[in-house]
Amino acid sequence: MTLLGLIGGVIQPVLIVGGAPLLVGVLRQVRARLEGRVGPGVLQPWRDLRKLVGKEAITPRGTSELFRVAPLVLVATTLVVAVVAPFVTTASAADPVADLFAVVALLALGTAVLALAAIDTGTAFGGMGASREMTILALVEPTLLVAIFALSVPVGSTSLAAIVSSTLNDPARVVSPVSLLAAVALVVVIVAETGRLPVDNPATHLELTMVHEAMTLEYAGPDLALVELASAMRLTVFLGLFANLFAPWGIATSAAPLALLVGVLALVVKIAVLGALLAAAEVFLAKLRLFRVPELLAGSFLLSLLAVSASFFLA
Amino acid sequence: MNLAASSFGAAVSIGALTAIIGALATARSRSTLVGIGTATTGVAALLAGGAALTGESFSLAAPGLLPLSGVSLTLDALGALFVAVTGGVAVACGVYGVSYARHGLDSRLVQAVFPLFVVAMLLVPVASSVGTLLVFWELMALTSLLLVLAEHRRRPAVASAARWYAVMTHLGFVTILSGLLVFAAHAPGDDFAALREAEVSPSVAALVFLLTLAGFASKAGILPLHAWLPRAHPEAPSHVSALMSAAMVNLGVYGIVRVGFDLLGGGPRWWWLLVLALGAVSAVYGILQAAMSTDLKRLLGFSTTENLGLVLIGVGAAGLFAAFGDRVLSGLALAAALLHVLNHAAFKSLLFLAAGSVLHATGTRDLDELGGLRAGMPVTTAAFGWGALAASALPPGTAFVSEWLLLQALIHGLPADGGADAIVMPVAVAAVALTAGLAVATFVKAFGVGFLAKPRGEAAARAHESPPTMLAGMGLAGLACAVLALAPTLVLPAVGAASGVALGGEASAVTGTVTIRLAGVAGSLSPLMITLGLLVAAVVSLGVLRAVAARRARRTARLWDCGGGPLSARMEYTATSFAEPLQRVFDDVLAPEQDVDVDHFEESRYLVRAVAYRRAVPDRVERRLYQPVLAAVAAWGRAGTRLATGSVHRYLGYGFYTLCGLLILLAVTR
Repeated sequence: MTLLGLIGGVIQPVLIVGGAPLLVGVLRQVRARLEGRVGPGVLQPWRDLRKLVGKEAITPRGTSELFRVAPLVLVATTLVVAVVAPFVTTASAADPVADLFAVVALLALGTAVLALAAIDTGTAFGGMGASREMTILALVEPTLLVAIFALSVPVGSTSLAAIVSSTLNDPARVVSPVSLLAAVALVVVIVAETGRLPVDNPATHLELTMVHEAMTLEYAGPDLALVELASAMRLTVFLGLFANLFAPWGIATSAAPLALLVGVLALVVKIAVLGALLAAAEVFLAKLRLFRVPELLAGSFLLSLLAVSASFFLA
Repeated sequence: MNLAASSFGAAVSIGALTAIIGALATARSRSTLVGIGTATTGVAALLAGGAALTGESFSLAAPGLLPLSGVSLTLDALGALFVAVTGGVAVACGVYGVSYARHGLDSRLVQAVFPLFVVAMLLVPVASSVGTLLVFWELMALTSLLLVLAEHRRRPAVASAARWYAVMTHLGFVTILSGLLVFAAHAPGDDFAALREAEVSPSVAALVFLLTLAGFASKAGILPLHAWLPRAHPEAPSHVSALMSAAMVNLGVYGIVRVGFDLLGGGPRWWWLLVLALGAVSAVYGILQAAMSTDLKRLLGFSTTENLGLVLIGVGAAGLFAAFGDRVLSGLALAAALLHVLNHAAFKSLLFLAAGSVLHATGTRDLDELGGLRAGMPVTTAAFGWGALAASALPPGTAFVSEWLLLQALIHGLPADGGADAIVMPVAVAAVALTAGLAVATFVKAFGVGFLAKPRGEAAARAHESPPTMLAGMGLAGLACAVLALAPTLVLPAVGAASGVALGGEASAVTGTVTIRLAGVAGSLSPLMITLGLLVAAVVSLGVLRAVAARRARRTARLWDCGGGPLSARMEYTATSFAEPLQRVFDDVLAPEQDVDVDHFEESRYLVRAVAYRRAVPDRVERRLYQPVLAAVAAWGRAGTRLATGSVHRYLGYGFYTLCGLLILLAVTR
């Protein structure tokens, strides 16, 4: 464990926890402006969270401990990823955890636990959301792992720090067919995993279309605050990972204060730009029918498979 | 006599003694004595396996014990791993069986055969000559068949399952027998040492490998020879299912590794490509069928096919790398495969024992009728949840570690010549990845629908916790899962030793204490640190939440029912509806059969009286591959009946003409 890794392990979670609701605020604000509305302002998600935390906690009748623990697990998995993955610094606070497979599996663990909590309520909405989310997860996992595989073959390691450092040293790799194919595949996957359009509509409460919202329908008060915070953090983490896998420039490679400041600023700018792009794209997209989503995911799976084959042939 | 030899001898003799006790003891004490005896056998086998894995070994030859070939036994590290796994599973199943067997499974036959089955499974990996191996293999098949049949008076499906199992296991035996006999015919003797020295031509070696592969793969439940597995595993008593699924199927892998690597000394690339392809197809097909299944034990059975498929991906990759001459990667891939055998044994025995506990409490295996068990059976729920987490390859579960190792081996498998590897490795990774994703969905379904939410049936609502010994059996298996999940580095040296024997004295491919480090290639993972990190993160989040949240008491409230009155269990998602989106996605692969009957009132077509929905997901491989064969055999049989009309004159005529024909033949050929 290096000093740089340790500093990253402290700055990153603070930055991601603090910035994640702001990112959601930016996304909503960009959408509002493009749709000709004034919008509630970037700080609105934080205000929502403050309000929710101040409310009393509610346990729906017939739910078990699992239902109460799930939001904590969801936050914890994302927090671990925020600590170990290279967002601000190339070194990791815990290198043996900062493995791409481990990170993906941790994020999937959060989703699975939330799905179990949704089933635990015993309502039709919960079961429906869980069933849909698990279907999407089952199709997203392979794409994600294969895309990771494509990125790690040229580096010879699945360690996130190694991949980011090697891209820093060899910038030309970003425009290789491997990276481009993997990038397109990952965009689709991230959109699906974080429940954005066209896979899921984060602003809907219409039962026919809900996926993520259906799972969290029974949560209220501080529990809901945790779930909301966790899903904002997941979005931030995914965008941050995407940014640093394909454009790691600006990330701090030394523990000098200036380098760290640049690292923080670079991360904020990269995630904000990606978020704004995502929001702008959402304005022009309609939600796909649920059973057209697998076609989209199968397409991205094919792209990631092509990326791996390319990485083998071009190696 | 060293520790390995003495404890192995103790395991076998205690097992045999337990079998005699099972046959002689009174009905009241039988299941307790047999349970304790089997568990002791398991402990002794664990000791023997552990001792042999740390370097001890023994050989024993008793030429007079069996006619023709005699018995010869050798315990080396490769066999010891499987002895230890079988021993460990036997401990959990033995303890569990003490009270589980009280419910209609305490007949003399079942109780005498149960320890014999364990002994046979312990002897198979120790056999070191063709004759010995075949005898013990057959003993294992027969004892397991009798155990599958244990409940044949209660359910008619048991007899059918046992017939499938009997036919397929014996066909497998025939292919192994012919393969090994061909091998032995080209060697100076039938001892394994002689086989290793034998100079066999490539075509004979290929024939031997293919024949034995067919037999061993069938035992491991690999496609397309898996048809017995999803039948026999659900119908057997649960502790027998656990033994079969967690210990017996492993011996198929043992056979492939022993014959392919150890006796035949590796082979050309296409052997291992075949093994890898079979593994990949089995893994994906197995988990897809499991995802669709609503029968809890059938689901677990298909999951066995999936996991053994993953193991074979590792074995195939190891062979492929060995054929390219890459010793490091081949050691890594085989270590990953063997670790997955270990992990699978731990979590699958836990899951089957928990499923047995559910069956014991509710009398049903149908997930669509279960649910809400967490209230009545909290320990079983926790056990199944822990097993499900392990099986779905998510941290901090066990399978995550071995799948990570497997993926590392595949990722570093850069092509030596850029040929087949460049296509095979990505497809293999994709197969592992798809399997991992579907496994999460499958086990969320099994655990969520089966144990959480509201009870869907009368039986589930009345569920009660199992007796203490059953819980203890589950606890032991759960403990094994926890150890393997958090400290895999404890067993990795042993796994390395076993793969070293198979691949010819390689150093361990994986090192490390808290962190797993790969030797020779970059990669590290620390399951313990992940788990600790998760715990710390959860505690910190809880602490921060407590600090900022309002200090108001938790309140219970109604579930959101859309204002339509209280929700009933009929409104819940069932296992069938949970899997429906996946079924639609994989429609072309699964070819499900659905039937919706809408019954109208006579007055108007717009008023619906009842809607009946039926769905079946038949095993497509079975339908395409087995049905034609079965139909052909049946047609042959019918054709044969035309010859046998029952007329004595006709039969005498057959005899007469055959004799004449034979005499003419002899006269002509002389």
